[in-house]
Amino acid sequence: MKGEMKELKLTVNGKPYELKVKPETLLVDLLRQELKLTGAKVGCLDSACGACTVNIDGKAVRSCSVLALQANGREVITIEGVADGDKLHPIQQAMIDHGAIECGFCTPGMVMSARALLAENPDPTREEVKESIQGNLCADAGYVKYIEAIEIAAKEMRGGQ
Amino acid sequence: MIAAFEYFAPKTVEEALSLLSKYKEEAKMIAGGQSMLVVMKQRLLTPEYLIDIKGLTALDYIKYDEKQGLRIGALTIHRALEKSPVVQKHFGVLSEMEGNLATIQTRNWGTIGGNLCHSDPAGDPAAVFIALKAKFKLASSGKERIVEADEFSTDYLEADLKPNEMLTEIQVPNPPPHSGTAYEKLMVMKGDMGVIGAAVSITLSGKDSVCQDARIALSNCSSIPLRAKKAEEVLIGKTLNDGLLTEADEVAATEATPPSDVHGSAEYRREMTKVFVKRVAKLALEKAKAA
Repeated sequence: MKGEMKELKLTVNGKPYELKVKPETLLVDLLRQELKLTGAKVGCLDSACGACTVNIDGKAVRSCSVLALQANGREVITIEGVADGDKLHPIQQAMIDHGAIECGFCTPGMVMSARALLAENPDPTREEVKESIQGNLCADAGYVKYIEAIEIAAKEMRGGQ
Repeated sequence: MIAAFEYFAPKTVEEALSLLSKYKEEAKMIAGGQSMLVVMKQRLLTPEYLIDIKGLTALDYIKYDEKQGLRIGALTIHRALEKSPVVQKHFGVLSEMEGNLATIQTRNWGTIGGNLCHSDPAGDPAAVFIALKAKFKLASSGKERIVEADEFSTDYLEADLKPNEMLTEIQVPNPPPHSGTAYEKLMVMKGDMGVIGAAVSITLSGKDSVCQDARIALSNCSSIPLRAKKAEEVLIGKTLNDGLLTEADEVAATEATPPSDVHGSAEYRREMTKVFVKRVAKLALEKAKAA
C-alpha cells in the first residue's frame, strides 16, 4: 500500500539497526532526522555539492541521492563513525594539523571521500587525490589544503612511507 | 519532497518482471537512481509503484570473450566499467568516457543500465555505445528482444521500452581489425554533463587510410543521442584526410538540432559540434591506425 512503512536493516557506524521507514525517505534524512547523525550535511539536496557524502560498503556515495531502503543489508559509515574512540582518523587529524578545515561545512564529505580513496588506494597520485574530492564542493575554495592534508594522511597511514 | 509510492525490492529478475507486468505504466524501476531521484524530488516523476532493482546482483557483471565481445549487465555501476581491466584493454573508450561521467560518488552508485534507460540526450554512454554498434537486451516476462543502441532512445527522456520491459544487458561486439573509437565532450568543469559531445568510430580497410566504416554519434545535440548518418557517409569509402574530416564535421553540425540554454546557444553548440567531431574523428583515426 502507498505510504506503507517498510522494514530496513542496516548497520550504521558498526551498529546494527532494524527500523521502519517511509519508502520515500532519503538516506540523508534517515541519518540526520531519525538517527540524529547530523555530520553528513545537506548542502544542495540535488547531487551537486557532496556535503552529504557517506561510505556505503566502503565506497563514497551521496546520501541525498540514495533511498534509505536502498541501504538495506549494507554497511553505512558516516563522519561520526570515522574516528577510533577519542583518537581521530588520520585524515581528520591531518586536516586539523594542516588547517584544511575552512568553515567546516564541506569537511565531513571531504573526509568520507578521502577515506574511501585511501581504503582502496593507499598511495594515490595527486591527480587521484584531486579526483577523489572532485565531487565535493568547498565554497571557500580551500581545495589545495584539503589535497595536501589527504596526502599527509595517506603517508601517515602507510607508516610514514 | 518525494511523492509517496509503494515500494518493492524484488530478489530476482523474474520477480521484477512480474511486478512490471502487473503494474505497467503506474510502476517505475529504480536502479542507482542518480538521475531518477533528481526528477522525483522535482515531482516531474511521481510513480505509484517503485520497483527497486539495485540489489539484483544477477545483472551486475562484465564478461568478455573474443567471439562475442563485451557483455555488460545492466546493473553494473559506472565505476566498475571505468576500472575494469578487460574494458580498459578491449574497449578503452568506455573506460575513458566513464572517467568523465559525473563524480566518483555518482559512479559508485549509478548503473549503466539506469543511465541508458533515463534516455537523457546529454548522457555520455549512449553516444559511445552507438559508435560501438552495441545492442541492448530487453526482457519482459518470458520474452526477450534486442534493440540497436542507435534506435533505443525515442525522444527526450523516452526510450523504446514497453511498460513491462526492462533493460538487462548491453552487448558490445568486437570491432573489426583496424578500428578505433573515441569520445570527448565539452565540459566547463570535469565531470559536467557535456555542453555537447561526440563519439566517433572509424574502421580502415588496412594500413592505408581508406575508411571502410564510420559511426558518428552526438550527445546533447538533439532530443535523442543523435547518430550523424550523413556525416558518416562523407567518410565511408574515402581516403581520410584533413579536408574530408572538415567536410564531415560541417555536415554533422547541419544534422544537429541542439538546445539553447544557460550552457550555450544552439549556434554555439553547432560550432562546437564541428570542433569536437573533427577532434574526436582524428583521435579515432589514430587509434584505428595503431590497432
